[in-house]
Amino acid sequence: MIVEIGHFALVLALAAALIQTVVPFWGARVGDAGLMGVGRSAALTQLALIGIAFAALVNAHLTSDFSVLNVAENSNSEMPAIYKISGVWGNHEGSMLLWVLILAIFGALVALFGRALPRALRADALAVQGLISFTFLAFILLTSNPFERLIPAPFEGRDLNPILQDPGLAIHPPLLYLGYVGFSIVYSFAAAALIEGRIDAAWARFVRPFTLVAWSFMTLGIAAGSFWAYYTLGWGGFWFWDPVENASLMPWLAGTAFLHSVAVMEKRDALKVWTIFLAILAFSLSLLGTFLVRSGVLTSVHAFANDPRRGVFILAILALFISGSFALFAWRAPMLKQGGLFAPISREGALVVNNLLLTTSCATVLFGTLYPLALEQLTGAKITVGAPFFNLTCGALLLTACFVAPFGFSLAWKRGDLLGVAQRLTFALILGAVTAAVGAAWLRGASVFAPLALGLAIFVIVGTLIEVVMRAWRPGLAPGAALKRARGLPLSFFGGALAHLGLGVTLLGLSGLGFGAETIATLHKGMPAQVGPYTVTLNGIGERLGPNYKEAVASVTVRSGGAAVAEIAPARRQFASREMTTTQAGLATLHFGQVYVSIGDPAPDGAVPARLYWKPLVTLIWFGAAAMALGGGLSLADRRLRFGAGVRAKAGARVRAQPAQ
Amino acid sequence: MTRRGRRLALIAAAFAVVGVAAGLSLYALSDSIVFFYTPSEVVQKAVAPGARLRIGGLVKTGSVVKSADQAVAFVLTDGAHDLKVAYQGMLPDLFREGQGVVAEGVLEPSGEMRAETILAKHDERYMPREVVEALKKQGRWQEREAVAKP
Repeated sequence: MIVEIGHFALVLALAAALIQTVVPFWGARVGDAGLMGVGRSAALTQLALIGIAFAALVNAHLTSDFSVLNVAENSNSEMPAIYKISGVWGNHEGSMLLWVLILAIFGALVALFGRALPRALRADALAVQGLISFTFLAFILLTSNPFERLIPAPFEGRDLNPILQDPGLAIHPPLLYLGYVGFSIVYSFAAAALIEGRIDAAWARFVRPFTLVAWSFMTLGIAAGSFWAYYTLGWGGFWFWDPVENASLMPWLAGTAFLHSVAVMEKRDALKVWTIFLAILAFSLSLLGTFLVRSGVLTSVHAFANDPRRGVFILAILALFISGSFALFAWRAPMLKQGGLFAPISREGALVVNNLLLTTSCATVLFGTLYPLALEQLTGAKITVGAPFFNLTCGALLLTACFVAPFGFSLAWKRGDLLGVAQRLTFALILGAVTAAVGAAWLRGASVFAPLALGLAIFVIVGTLIEVVMRAWRPGLAPGAALKRARGLPLSFFGGALAHLGLGVTLLGLSGLGFGAETIATLHKGMPAQVGPYTVTLNGIGERLGPNYKEAVASVTVRSGGAAVAEIAPARRQFASREMTTTQAGLATLHFGQVYVSIGDPAPDGAVPARLYWKPLVTLIWFGAAAMALGGGLSLADRRLRFGAGVRAKAGARVRAQPAQ
Repeated sequence: MTRRGRRLALIAAAFAVVGVAAGLSLYALSDSIVFFYTPSEVVQKAVAPGARLRIGGLVKTGSVVKSADQAVAFVLTDGAHDLKVAYQGMLPDLFREGQGVVAEGVLEPSGEMRAETILAKHDERYMPREVVEALKKQGRWQEREAVAKP
């Protein structure tokens, strides 16, 4: 019964989405405030209905109602409750439901907190948001209904894929979806601005909070996913340039570019058309990612069981939103008023360089991801474009972007003094160059990337810190006065600084890759094996019973120069329900680095095949990403960006808010 | 600088970055793409030794030989032709005889493949697409397996 209520609520939500699309849009055209207001209530109704549907599905999973096909195929009564819940989005149907739920949450946020917005702009944005919601709800109801019944109901479910039975599944997809879908709001606002035919700094102020939320969550989501892959796949890698990873990286790159260009627009009323373009691009790439993941056109570790009907449907959605928005862009963008001027050497100029590098690196990722597909269609040849391609192209561009970052951060708006900035950054530059040289000497040319990344990381971190200090303190200023000045700086400045520091820290973690060690070894009880500066000794192998699996756990001691520094327990889990084995890596964190041990099936004589890795600084990759996201959060807390902070701006905006026609 | 001059500077910068990116891409493509073949295609195309390849097929039942130091040898088959593969290291969790896998590595002059990576399917409902197509080509693929709906 509850399941049917959920299904029914989803159908009603489709109707609400249709109302949200048509009525406010019509209202904005005829200038009827009442009709425009319908968008608000439709968005809230839609959230409530999708919330009911989602709760119904969670309930079916929690109570192991195997008469629901989705539960029977992806759940099992013996699974721990947390995996029963996360299993809701561990499959195609449920994850699409989570997708629309988050879409509805963002729509409701606009409805609730968008009072400061010009009424027509908000109505149009809600209408576009409603259209996105409508197409995806139709997609779910027509091709991927999570509430489909199974008669007769089986006695036991098929279980969730064991690889997914991990806290990573509870965290990674929701965070990533908050990011993907968050950019839908930005997209809707961009489309609304194009429909209205006007855009200004106030628009930038409205979308900036949403951008920061989406971008921060996306950063966290990608980082969580890469950490999950790192400890669960047993290869010690955290990024494989897999098409689906690329699909999340592309909108992140476009979104990062947008985040920077929207700042230019807000401060200087420039780069308007470009910013709108990026807003459309970021969400289009999110949609492209959805298509790549769901349609199965590309081989990927994330592949879901595919149904060709779904691929065609999503391709249609993709075509509608991408071609629709770019057509709107081509038609309306020339009418937008050009913004302010700035000198090439200025913060705006630096941000343009940032945007160029980020979008170009995004383009190389897009090319590398789609090239095999295009080639296969054209010539029939099947190829893979591997990590070396992406490391060289995207890597080189992003390292350049990292080099530019401290300059951009230190340059003044409008007209900057490059020489002065270079002088300020001299110390950081020298320190970076020296570190890179020391790193290169240490490695004796084994890798170019590692010392380069190391030096750049030091440059970014020190350069950013110098700028933070120099903003508040000038030589001769008393510490008390400097502190007072620092307190007067806007939070968004500190947010930006923290994000740049995070970038440096992530880069530092990446550079550690070149300084690590890896070996394949067969561990015998009591015989130490060397990996990097550490030795790893197997003490024995034990069996342990989990709630729905049986595992062989190795007890391993990590020693440094004879002294034990950590005990780890790499394991192999056997899941009876799917006859699958998963690997649980044993990790010991030592000074931001990690000793990583993953084991194979023990031989009858007790010898254990293992991969051993020493990964210096590796944890910094994720600490850095967390710092970036936190920086986004800090900027969000800035008073200027609070929802409704535009109220004063609105008074002025309303006068100008007459339809452009 | 005039507005026009500034715009020209911007366009020049954009072309420079895009040009560098395109150059890098072409350079990187020339030596980092890997072709995918089935064992039959390796024979038909007479692939030169030393080439870096991905080969997909089924692990022939009874062909897996494990020896010391985690060395593994097995035969990949698509029904029509076989290819010997040598690999050292840990096999993926889902590597089994009779299952579809993809081996990436270098073709030796002896006609054997020295694999550096072995990819197995992650889920019993999912198989690398290339393997599915290779098996379809050989008429050894039953649709029933692909869509495992009850």
